[in-house]
Amino acid sequence: MSRSLKKGPYVDEKLFHKVEKMQSTGRRTPIKTWRRACTIVPEFVGITFQVHNGKSFTDVFVTEDMVGHKLGEFSHTRIFRGHTNKKEGIEGGEGAVAEGG
Amino acid sequence: MPRLAGVDIPEKKKILYSLQYIHGIGPKVAADVLKKCGIDPDRRAHTLDDQELSSIATLIDESLVVEGALRRQVQQDVQRLKDTKSYRGERHRKGLPVRGQRTRTNARTRKGRKKTVAGKKGVKG
Repeated sequence: MSRSLKKGPYVDEKLFHKVEKMQSTGRRTPIKTWRRACTIVPEFVGITFQVHNGKSFTDVFVTEDMVGHKLGEFSHTRIFRGHTNKKEGIEGGEGAVAEGG
Repeated sequence: MPRLAGVDIPEKKKILYSLQYIHGIGPKVAADVLKKCGIDPDRRAHTLDDQELSSIATLIDESLVVEGALRRQVQQDVQRLKDTKSYRGERHRKGLPVRGQRTRTNARTRKGRKKTVAGKKGVKG
């Protein structure tokens, strides 16, 4: 189900102001953020975000292709290290179960 | 034999259904096309004259993306997702469902035929 057009895209205001400020001063430092649900708008292009994935921050360099997606789509929250290999007895451990719904 | 949008040659069926043999045209679009061209959808494809066929052909040409062009477009969209390292791109790459479906069971369309893992509980035969 996509979002109602009437509302327009969800862009976090604080984050947007931060971006605007950076664009006007021309300084390009990464922005740390927890706002995974924030839609990427054209103004964000060329900025590096550090998007929290629940544990650490992932560097996301925004390109034109990413416009319209959400920041969280580029910062993965699950690690899948493969399933356990019983024969060789190598432990996949908890990581093997990490692929859920 | 009528020929539309490249290679497609649907015949004896009603034109509403034969149009759907073109990749990118389903029930809805087929009905829309025929309505715009003013052609009765219940007529058989071979009863259409050249003029009616060409009116359909130009309409498809101008306003629709079908066949090869559509396939290429979809391919490009998927490639874009992969290139941006998005979650959806990752799912495409791994051959798993992209839209949040469960993968504990089912999801066979994306995952292909079952690969039985020895020693896994609940797997018979």
